[in-house]
Amino acid sequence: MDLSVKRESLEAMRVFDLATMPLRELNRALHNIAPGANDTNFEVVNPRGSHSVAVGIDQPVTVEVRGSVGYYCAGMNDGGAVTVHGSAGPGVAENMMSGTVVIEGDASQYAGATGRGGLLVIKGNAASRCGISMKGIDIVVHGNIGHMSAFMGQSGHLVVLGDAGDALGDSLYEAKLFVRGEVKSLGADCIEKELRSEHIEKLAELLAKAGITDVKPTEFKRYGSARKLYNFNIDNADAY
Amino acid sequence: MSYHNPYTPPRKSATFDDYTLAEIRRAAATGIYDIRGAGTKRKVPHFDDLLFLGASISRYPLEGYREKCDTTVVLGSRFAKKPITLKTPITIAGMSFGALSGNAKEALGRGATIAGTSTTTGDGGMTDEERGHSQTLVYQYLPSRYGMNPKDLRRADAIEVVVGQGAKPGGGGMLLGQKISDRVANMRNLPKGIDQRSACRHPDWTGPDDLEIKIMELREITDWEKPIYVKVGGARPYYDTALAVKAGADVVVLDGMQGGTAATQDVFIENVGMPTLACIRPAVQALQDLGMHRKVQLIISGGIRSGADVAKALALGADAVAIGTAALVAIGDNDPHWESEYQKLGTTAGAYDDWHEGKDPAGITTQDPELMKRLDPVAAGRRLANYLKVMTLEAQTIARACGKNHLHNLEPEDLVALTLEASAMAQVPLAGTSWIPGKGGF
Repeated sequence: MDLSVKRESLEAMRVFDLATMPLRELNRALHNIAPGANDTNFEVVNPRGSHSVAVGIDQPVTVEVRGSVGYYCAGMNDGGAVTVHGSAGPGVAENMMSGTVVIEGDASQYAGATGRGGLLVIKGNAASRCGISMKGIDIVVHGNIGHMSAFMGQSGHLVVLGDAGDALGDSLYEAKLFVRGEVKSLGADCIEKELRSEHIEKLAELLAKAGITDVKPTEFKRYGSARKLYNFNIDNADAY
Repeated sequence: MSYHNPYTPPRKSATFDDYTLAEIRRAAATGIYDIRGAGTKRKVPHFDDLLFLGASISRYPLEGYREKCDTTVVLGSRFAKKPITLKTPITIAGMSFGALSGNAKEALGRGATIAGTSTTTGDGGMTDEERGHSQTLVYQYLPSRYGMNPKDLRRADAIEVVVGQGAKPGGGGMLLGQKISDRVANMRNLPKGIDQRSACRHPDWTGPDDLEIKIMELREITDWEKPIYVKVGGARPYYDTALAVKAGADVVVLDGMQGGTAATQDVFIENVGMPTLACIRPAVQALQDLGMHRKVQLIISGGIRSGADVAKALALGADAVAIGTAALVAIGDNDPHWESEYQKLGTTAGAYDDWHEGKDPAGITTQDPELMKRLDPVAAGRRLANYLKVMTLEAQTIARACGKNHLHNLEPEDLVALTLEASAMAQVPLAGTSWIPGKGGF
């Protein structure tokens, strides 16, 4: 357990110990926050890899999770600020609408899948299919990402400070990908593109939001869609 | 004596028939496979191959119009806090806004509501029109997650996790660029006018163990209120049903190969999946083996056209059915009224299946503003309601003749088969015998 949290902030928090309380109580409490309520700070201790921790948040609450979580933590988050002081299982922040999710450790597969908005920050590495089918979410990964990341990404930004695995951006639509390290291979219809001033500006904004101060936007390469698969052509069949 | 060779008429190949030859030429000319809407057009064993026995000396019928034959069905009673109750076991299958016009979706909602049943969203999200006009709305959770958001999840009456559909088990979808209007593009977070591909696998789960966790997440997000359906295409109905139950489904929706699609390759529609008739008994068997028959409800779809089809599906063990193609026909699809326009498109009323092209003369499978105006959602909704009520009445008529006071009391024993194939698939005796292929006896 991370003991760095200040005592005064703990006092204002509602603490849910998942070693003794069912998950249902946590999620019910998160869903029962009235708009404009004051008791919006939550702490979850002993998550012990539980699935669906803090899912379906629809108010601007803060949730500090002290430990690692299983599948779908902060799923469909809409306005909450969730921090996991550990690692996250598959599908963290899946389909996020808005808000912020920060993973202090690593994230498993499908991080930020189909996310529509908000910011997902992964301070460790992310496994395969990070940002799969992303639809507007911004994802910043301090470490590396696995294969097939941003598959069919529609919109939003994926920023990777480390390396990317095979088939980055396969069948990409309009999501913008920025990788600082090496890309093992690009997927179908994904190409390197010019890093223009508007991209540098956006990168600077995302890095600042993610609390990254020691990396320059110009260190990244940009990848995007070649748009050759946007309308079916039989001569592109071998690309599918 | 001279020999005169008598005339023999030209003989065409059964293997290379006219349609096959035309398809070869079409493929050679265009370099693309045929994409179309609807379900299989090939003849497969179906409900037409079954007959009800009716009452006799050994059992007595119920009096038509006087003795009650209940048609209500409750869906989602396993885990959901708020299961849904329908007046009729005939529901409207998932069809997307995008594939269908806004007016068509509204008509489906209106008709279903008048008839006391549910309608279902599709691969494109929920529109205000269909939510507003559907008293009971099932929200599909699809691999593409187009339009998926927690607000709509919460304002739905049930959630349907779509794993597959009968027209294309194992396949994804394709909405061609000509149907991606500004509104459709906005709902799907895609540029206007591009082909919109729908994935065949969910982006964040794979397999039954993950599905169980995914269902739990959806329940947590919706505070365990909504019934959760799992829809599968007719491929391995015994195992798919068992795994859906294991994963925590409240309802299993099983769609045979006659079930329609908005747009899929013809080769897929015609060659992948099983007929609806072949799917029901294995699914029911799985539920019975798990002690979950009638506890997890089974909805059957794919080629349901009449109250007789409904009654037969229920007699084989289903709790409800879903209609898609038939509902579209009821609101005006393929209506001969538009024959001259169908002919301009190189087809004829009854055969039009280029739903993906967005040129539907009936204004249903289109996003063209002018064509869409042709469909009056109020009148079309009324036609659908009439059709649903007729089918319900037909099913009741048959059930009463079999002596049943609820449609769910129909049973396989009420049925016989006309063909060996249907007998084997439906596991009811060949008419006039006690023989079921594979079951012994004669």
